[in-house]
Amino acid sequence: MSEKHKDDVTGVETTGHEWDGIRELNNPLPKWWLYTFYVTIVWCFAYWVVMPAWPYLTTEGWTYTKGAIGYEQRAVVANEIAAVHETRAEAMQRIAELPLPEVAADAALMELALGAGKAAFGDNCAPCHGSGAQGFKGFPNLNDDNWIWGGKLDDIHYTITHGIRWEAAPDTRNNIMMAYGRDGLLTRAEISDVAEYVLSLTNRAENAEAASRGEEVFASQCVACHGEGGVGNRELGAPSLNTAVWLYGGERADIIETVSNGRSGTMPAWGGRLNEATIKSLTLFVHSLGGGEDEAAPAMR
Amino acid sequence: MTDTALSLERLAAEAAAAADADPHGAEGERYTAVNSEKNRPLYASRVKVYPKLVHGNFRRLKWLVMAVTLAIYYVTPWLRWDRGPGLPDQAVLLDFPARRFYFFFLEIWPQEFYYVTGLLILASLGLFLVTSVAGRVWCGYACPQTVWTDLFVHVERFFEGDRAARIRLDKSPMSGAKLARKTGKHIVWLLIALATGGAWVFYFADAPTLAVQLLSLEAPAIAWLFIGLFTLTTYTLGAIAREQVCIYMCPWPRIQGAMFDEESLLVSYRDDRGEKRGPHKKGTSWEGRGDCIDCGQCVAACPMGIDIRDGMQLECIQCALCIDACNDIMDKVERPRGLITYDTFRNQERRKAGETPRLSILRPRTILYSVLILIVAAIMLFGLSTRSTLDVNVIADRNPLFVVLSDGAIRNGYQVKILNKEHEAHTYRVSLSGLDGAMLTRPALAGEEEALVHVPADSLVNARFFVSLPPARIAAEGGEAGFAFVVTELGSGREVMKYATFRGPAK
Repeated sequence: MSEKHKDDVTGVETTGHEWDGIRELNNPLPKWWLYTFYVTIVWCFAYWVVMPAWPYLTTEGWTYTKGAIGYEQRAVVANEIAAVHETRAEAMQRIAELPLPEVAADAALMELALGAGKAAFGDNCAPCHGSGAQGFKGFPNLNDDNWIWGGKLDDIHYTITHGIRWEAAPDTRNNIMMAYGRDGLLTRAEISDVAEYVLSLTNRAENAEAASRGEEVFASQCVACHGEGGVGNRELGAPSLNTAVWLYGGERADIIETVSNGRSGTMPAWGGRLNEATIKSLTLFVHSLGGGEDEAAPAMR
Repeated sequence: MTDTALSLERLAAEAAAAADADPHGAEGERYTAVNSEKNRPLYASRVKVYPKLVHGNFRRLKWLVMAVTLAIYYVTPWLRWDRGPGLPDQAVLLDFPARRFYFFFLEIWPQEFYYVTGLLILASLGLFLVTSVAGRVWCGYACPQTVWTDLFVHVERFFEGDRAARIRLDKSPMSGAKLARKTGKHIVWLLIALATGGAWVFYFADAPTLAVQLLSLEAPAIAWLFIGLFTLTTYTLGAIAREQVCIYMCPWPRIQGAMFDEESLLVSYRDDRGEKRGPHKKGTSWEGRGDCIDCGQCVAACPMGIDIRDGMQLECIQCALCIDACNDIMDKVERPRGLITYDTFRNQERRKAGETPRLSILRPRTILYSVLILIVAAIMLFGLSTRSTLDVNVIADRNPLFVVLSDGAIRNGYQVKILNKEHEAHTYRVSLSGLDGAMLTRPALAGEEEALVHVPADSLVNARFFVSLPPARIAAEGGEAGFAFVVTELGSGREVMKYATFRGPAK
């Protein structure tokens, strides 16, 4: 602090500090301002009493003063969520009871179902299928028009309810893609030939002779499930082999690996874990992603 | 004795009465400004200001401004404006639940809030302009704090009399009469505050409906809450805190320094004419002295309690009441008016240097503000006149960016948001432009006829569309292709194009 300095114009003492010739007047604070400050202090004590405020340690761990009115933000949120559930309860009940096409035909129910389905998808399905349902290797993309077990509403609903190769569910979708190489069912050369033939289905074969040898192998070993020309069979859950969509990759090496070691991806059965309204909402949501097939939804406008 | 002499005598008596009231007249000084040096302890007690009623042109102007501004405030919510069936017919309505602002012919949606921003920019530029021309015109005449405080002071005057009577009353011991006057004053203050808060809520709901609800005590709780809040703030700030708000709470006085310049017209005491000041005996010469007779009427009239003769001060709201007070005195002592007047710093200097005073309203600062106002106003007008009642937004799916279909085609998903701001429903046809071979489809469950989107009045519809391209096409473009969604209104044929990007694998 320098010595006292008085401002010439106002006659007011300054704070004694100077910044490039600018000084600050040391004007008194109005008393009401001071009292306002005291009031805020009193307010804070009152707040401590009324609202949750101070953490403290007990033998059972940290807790906090709960406040006189018992306000708790978690309880507020829980109440709000319960209230939302209550307002939706009737509609969700209708979704659970009505056949899927009728839900789809009701704009208001459909809006609710798509929202609920999207939320349920994020909670339950996204870890494997991806947050955009884009899928990963071994986990199908649900946006495309390629379905292993069928893309109609009922197909999707069945898949979600019973899962795929899910032992705990008696009605689960099940099949076996055998490990032709590992189990010695086909020789390496045969596997290579059949891979060449599978590539030829999408016009990517490089060796016509090998492909033709592979066709014979295919006819004896694969055609029962994958069908003539590799069109696939949804009844059996056999993927099509003549499209641009590959669950485990469509390059030569991927195909050879699939034929050699087999594939048996699983999906949990959600029936019993999720309620019917949620499963139906999920079905409608997945169906709406762009690959949903129409036949099962004739009530559409 | 003449009338003049009589009234001067009365002034002297008032001054004597005021001198008894500490600190207005301590230590033999008859009038002391509340911010003078001797009133400055560490924490300053409030020095009560007793503004005296003055008569004159500026007082009349302030009456007029008060009447007009209060009328605008109270009447506006009741103005009607027909917008057609099903829509509010209130001219000015801030409809928060429906998220619409109605202002006569204007209707502002939340996403158009920039119009309000533009309005605020215009308001502040206007404030800068008038401030650089004529000082704190806003503070002195039109600011709600000034208008309501002025109103409250008049109520006080009605119950307790003018300055001297109020000072006497405050110094007198409590009595039945004093209690009655004080109580009456506070009741009227509270009623005015209640009316202020009561009028405020009408801007946010249909005024006639809400008025009935209020009278039948069926109004929503939020209305009562805001009426209570505004009653409280109006009473506290306007009736109780008064000049304290301007001096300690409002940031605007602090900005003044940057807004004035030496050519700004400010309420000023012409010390070149007034000094040396001192009491003047009627009939004696005015030679060798100034015109200021040190009667203190300018201080007595000041609602801020300051002495304008101390020069430009932060506290001064430039209400010009001291001009009226001084002109009155000048008439009585038969000297020319305008000892306190709207004057510029530059003219004070010119007079001292013997030059002719002159006004220069047109100077870089005022020209700049005017030009900025014109530019902003022009932009606003252009925006408003070309304001579209049909907005289209296209948002491409990002997760996944694209989907490979069985036949190898690439599909992209888009949300086409169609905002129909008209008060009737419309149907829009969505088509593509600039993407050869593309196919436009809608997801199976969208529940509407393909490519036709029906949008109800005043609504937004979010329609999902898929665009598919053969794989060769997108690979040739390096994985990206630009195109446009064309949204055509059926009937009118109005068209909006929105550009979008199609994405696919680059190889």
